[in-house]
Amino acid sequence: MPVYRSVVCPFCGCLCDDLEVTVEDNRIVKVRNGCAISTSKFLHHHENRVEKPLIDGESATLEEAVKEAAEILKSARRPLIYGLSSTECGAIAKAIELAELIGGVIDNTASVCHGPTILALQTLGESKCTLGTVRNRADLIIYWGCNPLEAHLRHLTRYSAMARGLYTSGGRKDRYVVAVDVRETRMKRVADLFVKVKPGGDYELLSALRAVVRGYGLDVDEVSGVPRDVILELAERMKKSRFGAIFFGLGLTQSEGRHMNIEAAIGLVADLNHHTKFVLIPMRGHYNVAGANTVTTWQTGYPYAVDFSRGYPRYNPGEYTAVDLLSRGEADAALIIASDPVAHLPYKAARRLAEIPTIVLDPKRSMTSMIGRVVIPTAAAGIEAEGTAYRMDGIPIRLKKLMEPPEGVLPDAEILSLIIEEVMG
Amino acid sequence: MNLIIKGGYVYDPINGVNGERMDIYIKDGKIVEELPEHEAKVIDASGMVVMPGGVDLHSHIAGSKINLGRLLRPEDHRKDPVPRTRVTRAGVGYSCPSTYIAGYRYAQMGYTTVMEPAMPPLGARHVHEELNDTPIVDKSAYPLFGNNYFVLKYVREGDLEMLKAFIAWLMRATRGYAIKIVNPGGVESWKWGKNVEGLDDTVEGFDVTPRQIITSLARANEELGLPHTIHLHCNNLGVPGNYQTTIETMRAVEDIKPKEGRETTIHIVHCQFNALAGDSWATLRSGAPEIAKYVNSHRHVTLDLGQVIFTDTTTMTGDGPWQFRLYNLTGNKWINSDVEMEAGAGVVPYTFRKKNPVNAIQWAIGLELALLIYDPWRVYMTTDHPNGGPFTFYPKVIAWLMSRKARTETMLEIHKAAMRKTTLADIYREYDFYEIAITTRAAPAKVLGLREKGHLGPGADGDVAIYDIDPTEWRPSMYREVEKAFSRAKYTIKGGEIIVVDGEVVSTPLGKTYWVDVEIPEDLEGELMKDLEEGFRNYYTISLDNYPVEDAYLPIQRPVKVVGWR
Repeated sequence: MPVYRSVVCPFCGCLCDDLEVTVEDNRIVKVRNGCAISTSKFLHHHENRVEKPLIDGESATLEEAVKEAAEILKSARRPLIYGLSSTECGAIAKAIELAELIGGVIDNTASVCHGPTILALQTLGESKCTLGTVRNRADLIIYWGCNPLEAHLRHLTRYSAMARGLYTSGGRKDRYVVAVDVRETRMKRVADLFVKVKPGGDYELLSALRAVVRGYGLDVDEVSGVPRDVILELAERMKKSRFGAIFFGLGLTQSEGRHMNIEAAIGLVADLNHHTKFVLIPMRGHYNVAGANTVTTWQTGYPYAVDFSRGYPRYNPGEYTAVDLLSRGEADAALIIASDPVAHLPYKAARRLAEIPTIVLDPKRSMTSMIGRVVIPTAAAGIEAEGTAYRMDGIPIRLKKLMEPPEGVLPDAEILSLIIEEVMG
Repeated sequence: MNLIIKGGYVYDPINGVNGERMDIYIKDGKIVEELPEHEAKVIDASGMVVMPGGVDLHSHIAGSKINLGRLLRPEDHRKDPVPRTRVTRAGVGYSCPSTYIAGYRYAQMGYTTVMEPAMPPLGARHVHEELNDTPIVDKSAYPLFGNNYFVLKYVREGDLEMLKAFIAWLMRATRGYAIKIVNPGGVESWKWGKNVEGLDDTVEGFDVTPRQIITSLARANEELGLPHTIHLHCNNLGVPGNYQTTIETMRAVEDIKPKEGRETTIHIVHCQFNALAGDSWATLRSGAPEIAKYVNSHRHVTLDLGQVIFTDTTTMTGDGPWQFRLYNLTGNKWINSDVEMEAGAGVVPYTFRKKNPVNAIQWAIGLELALLIYDPWRVYMTTDHPNGGPFTFYPKVIAWLMSRKARTETMLEIHKAAMRKTTLADIYREYDFYEIAITTRAAPAKVLGLREKGHLGPGADGDVAIYDIDPTEWRPSMYREVEKAFSRAKYTIKGGEIIVVDGEVVSTPLGKTYWVDVEIPEDLEGELMKDLEEGFRNYYTISLDNYPVEDAYLPIQRPVKVVGWR
């Protein structure tokens, strides 16, 4: 039975690439080196599959489903293509081509996770690095509004707090670890310092740190629930570190202040670079959400929320983002690729998806596939299909094909090509 | 399709053809001696200029750095939206064009070969994915070597054989074409927030100097016999007085013997940024005359301009510490991106202003270099796209090179420092069409070692640019016409296929990707792999197995075989 080595895990933005997966009778039977989530994903891969293409809940052939999908997209006035963060880059490229062809809007799930991070980057820039640079050099690591112990399970051991590298042979011993969050998460047990910030207080706290780094005093006893001494000491530690890194998650991007929080963090990090080396790295969630932004950017100039209705790309988060387009009742047809918006978007947006003809491309049954007018099963990238994915720090890695998809089931990119052909006629 | 290009004034410097009226024949994508007229489509080029397709050896069009520029600058895209047409994709232009638009716009100017000059090896797949979405042009990418852990290690150990083996291995792993070096040692030091200040500084954490890195890589390059020389972005870029570092750098490789069939051993990139004299921004003046004097008396150097254009653009280099310095100078937005074990990069938007004395001097320096260096075979027109300005301004640079009047008119509009602190006003030289053909296609193709590019002799690729301008009627005072003609080629032909007609793209085939394929002796490779396995296990975050770029990323590839060890 084939054992695949150096397998890339298609689950989270860590994109760990050292897994060993054993396949027996076209079923995954054993996973080594994977975290609990990864192992579970691989071992349960065969469950809950969409087996046949469906039109209005009735099974159909692939040709019929593709034809129906093309018909829906062609006749729509304001079609939306959304998802894309859990598929490979070839499919993302095809989805953009299709959006351009039908004059639609294309958006990816970044608009509900690290969209604000990108907005802040577009305002100020960003000092960042690949994860290996943190592994090799960082002596101060701050986790802000993120909980890798429960979301990016191997992050700490492979890339950050515990990892041993070129100038960090002592691993955890060589680093000072800080966690900042609104409540005590498991990260408290890992960190040397846990800072509990009041909900909605991140912007203020970051700004206070920045003021201290810039040499201003603090004439208050606390900021956002954090005592003055803690802030002064942390700022001093940041300045004195040899290489500092801040990892941040949705606790910062999706709490009050959103992109303003990230701007405060970017400003702080930029200032710290006058004292030492400092970087800021977003914890991207889905394994290829970074790829969705990357491909969309090189093809259209913009990372998400791109509208082709005028024939050229226009960009406006808040207007062309899926949640807004759906909540306003503007989108009149949707194509959802490798994502489950009905389960995750606000009620109004999700309800709109059920009202309009929605096409769903997914290997698995999901809340979204249940409301889909047309549902087309796909081969899962990284398990049944090859392709590129971009790690949270922008490193492109080749996903492997470990087994054959169910008979007649094609990868996302091929199905999208068929739809494009059908639309072009 | 076979083609005959009839009756044009042909400029083919590699074959010594200087504006003679002659016919060019293309069969199965290649130039041939002759073809019967009934077997071919005939293009009437009478009264027009016919040249080989343009070759750009240094333009940042693909990969993580330009993509960070695109991401950073929605305001730049909004100046230049490009709608979809029947044959072309939609996108955006200006300083950070989307991939499709970059391909179209090069073709519209008659360019058919473009090299991406800075590929971080870890991001090689990204570069190739973008190159595959850049239609029409043939291309390649240069992996970054100057701050790579293994390079520094072998240089420190003085192990030239292992260095050569590593170069050969990395070229294959990344499908790269030439050795790119950016601020050798400085980018490694920047990972601690530091830099190097000269050739003999010590690199933080490694007991080596930039001089050792440059000379070792140059020697290894020539011993392996790679088609191109080392491609070097010098230390101290953008620092007043840096022309001395540049000359010192050229001097450092004087005694290295070039490979057979090539006279040069070093290419200095975007030299304008490294030709500053004076000891501060206030006392800044041009160092171009000194550099030109050195280059004119030494055969081993080539360089490209990095010409400044007065416009809003986006600077992006693999030189992290320089981009941080520029961020502090301008207060503009700033991206820094360090790549583990290998490289780094930075992006800062920048506007070159006519009334800014420094920018005016920089503008003049680029042109001084082109005009004071006598041999156009060793100085190439670039803007270091998009650092000095977008490549779409090349026709403007051509006009400045060909017309003193064009230069004077610009000089009168800009800060007087251009006249006072440089020699440009005293230079009367004007390029002719033959010299333009040398600096924009023949010479870059030659120094890259691309034998089927840059000329129109039998066996060459059928890449031809036809410009609607009559060289017999043309005078330097008519510089606006030359700018117009070079902006929109009458025809661009790529591999025998008509791509552009009247400046509009009519077809968008995918070009090929060149890379250098050097076989490594088995015992040496075994030893190298041991080192690599250890290094990857201990310091990288992706496994060695997943590092090399797969064939899937090179739909049309042209490996250039090199016999590195005899």
